[in-house]
Amino acid sequence: MAKGRTFFEKVWDDHVIADLGENTFLLQIDRLFLHEMSGSVAMRQLEASGRRPASPSQVFTVIDHVIDSAPGRGPSDSHLPAGTEMIKAARRGSHEYGFTFFDVGDRRQGIVHVVSPELAIALPGLTLVCGDSHTCTVGGVGALAWGIGSTEGEHVLATQTLAQVKPKTMRINFNGKLPPNVYAKDMILHLIGEIGANGGIGYAVEFAGEAIRDLPVEGRLTICNMAIEFSAKYGFVPPDDVTIDFLKDREFAPKGAAWDEAEAYWRTLPSDLDAVFDREVDIDCSRIRPQVTWGTSPQQVVSIDGRIPDPSGIEDPGTRKLVESALQYVQLTPGSPIKGVRIDTAYIGSCTNARLSDLRIAAAILKGRKVATGIEAICVPGSTSVRAQAEAEGLDTIFREAGFEWHESGCAMCGHMGNDRLLDRRVISTTNRNFEGRQGPRTRTHLASPATVAASALMGVIADVSTIEKG
Amino acid sequence: MESFTSITGTAVPFMRINIDTDQITPGPEILRGRADGYRSSLFARWRYLDMDKRTPDPDFILNREPWKHAAILLADRNFGCGSSRESAPQALRAFGFRSVIAPSFGGIFFSNSFRNGLLPVELPIEDVRHLADQVEASGGKARLTVDLEAQKVTGPDRETYVFRAPSVLREMLLAGVDEIDLTLSRAAEIAAFRNQDQAERPWAYRPRRAGQAH
Repeated sequence: MAKGRTFFEKVWDDHVIADLGENTFLLQIDRLFLHEMSGSVAMRQLEASGRRPASPSQVFTVIDHVIDSAPGRGPSDSHLPAGTEMIKAARRGSHEYGFTFFDVGDRRQGIVHVVSPELAIALPGLTLVCGDSHTCTVGGVGALAWGIGSTEGEHVLATQTLAQVKPKTMRINFNGKLPPNVYAKDMILHLIGEIGANGGIGYAVEFAGEAIRDLPVEGRLTICNMAIEFSAKYGFVPPDDVTIDFLKDREFAPKGAAWDEAEAYWRTLPSDLDAVFDREVDIDCSRIRPQVTWGTSPQQVVSIDGRIPDPSGIEDPGTRKLVESALQYVQLTPGSPIKGVRIDTAYIGSCTNARLSDLRIAAAILKGRKVATGIEAICVPGSTSVRAQAEAEGLDTIFREAGFEWHESGCAMCGHMGNDRLLDRRVISTTNRNFEGRQGPRTRTHLASPATVAASALMGVIADVSTIEKG
Repeated sequence: MESFTSITGTAVPFMRINIDTDQITPGPEILRGRADGYRSSLFARWRYLDMDKRTPDPDFILNREPWKHAAILLADRNFGCGSSRESAPQALRAFGFRSVIAPSFGGIFFSNSFRNGLLPVELPIEDVRHLADQVEASGGKARLTVDLEAQKVTGPDRETYVFRAPSVLREMLLAGVDEIDLTLSRAAEIAAFRNQDQAERPWAYRPRRAGQAH
């Protein structure tokens, strides 16, 4: 009898146009998402080559990366002149080629990986690529999605295919239930701390187990978002009832008979019971506490009760050097507790944690309270429609009354796109990268869940959310 | 695609773990534009005391002789992790690098490198350290050879290290072939696949809303 197949193998097999030998395959690409930074480069290269897009109906564009997020922004505002030109080039190219385009001012505009599942452009079993490493986010709705470079983007534009080396498979089982005040962000940070920032190299990663099944789609998107932070290009949760309920009736979801046909196919995709993975990792969720990073890699993470490590006890010279240089950058003392570290800024935003559920969690903590004196607090909703829904629920009022700035949607303050507001500040952030300079020159970023960020904003120091009574 | 067969040159020991693409080309650098192929953007945060004024940090290894002329970069685990920005391999190439040797690479960077004439070579950490020790001891005089045709690295002591590059990417880099032309030569095969697939998975091809004009 044939051996069972994993979700990944089923989706991969259904997209193989040609076996190019030695584990490389030419794949059908169902969706290409472009944004103004890498997407405008891909469009420019395509134009320079004299080629045309092979399948414009499968291409989508959004403006998100370099557009200013400040309230009242103009349609092409960026912190650098080259940013404005990128926005205009993406706009021009998208109109010329007839791509589905979500411009600034469109209610469907927002961070690409928030928008694509929200509008059901990403669907289970589809291959979806975008010139952004966090494209793996939309594995949270059961798509096979991964980040590509702009040359690969040009290749997809010209051919609607991509040659890829087939990765190995890994399954990560989040077993048991989550304790109170522990969220999807804590699960994924804990995992990266366990397996390391290079633990996923060469793997397509399936997230499984009771805690994943219990998570709403938004939490699954948070988990998959950070697959790239342990260097797995692909991360996903195979479709189930939760996925299918989430997608039904959304703007670009199949309708009527097409939905029924699609759903029947999606039901066949989960990994077979006898499927074999190249590697399996088990995580006991009952032991996970709220997580905060202390260093310059997402793997440099501790529980909220933990302490900053001491490099003198580390044997491997490379790892010791890594810890030493991170400590120098973040200006923290080895052996001291992470809780109580004074912060300058609290930031809620990014493709990791700026969806409606994230804003609701933060608002429940902020309600009727004020951020600590001297603390700068900023909220950037993940999409224009998340922003509108939050306003309809009155969340914006809660954020504003607590002392938060309420921004327009975009990526600009997660990756440093010329805005020096966070220069040399210590930021507790719901983003995905605490790399040196990621949020600005000498900015020291501590990654955490929206709940931990909200609690820390109120206290003015890195704080344990369980010590704050929710409103 | 720029071709690569074999190169011999100076190697610079840069033995850090998790060098991410935000360090190789910081975000604002991408927005500066690529008139010089991002040559001046490479490692901008580490290379300059002041990024705007471009004041070189004399302590940074790539600002010093003879390392500033290196063609090969030796690094520790997970080189090029993080963002998918293609400016990262482009900046390394524009600076003069033809190859990076490390125990492992971020997957997107690895793939982007081939497409920009930069060869990523995976060797065990012990071997990379051994090579780094030799070039360091020689003060940068020792030379390495990276041969893609034979898939081997030859160290200053003539010891050889075998590596494996993905075959399709290897052949394209050896010949300097345009990948899109290569794929388009399979146009009939692609069309046949899409015709059949479209019948089986129509929703994958027609994502527009019902009733929406195309």
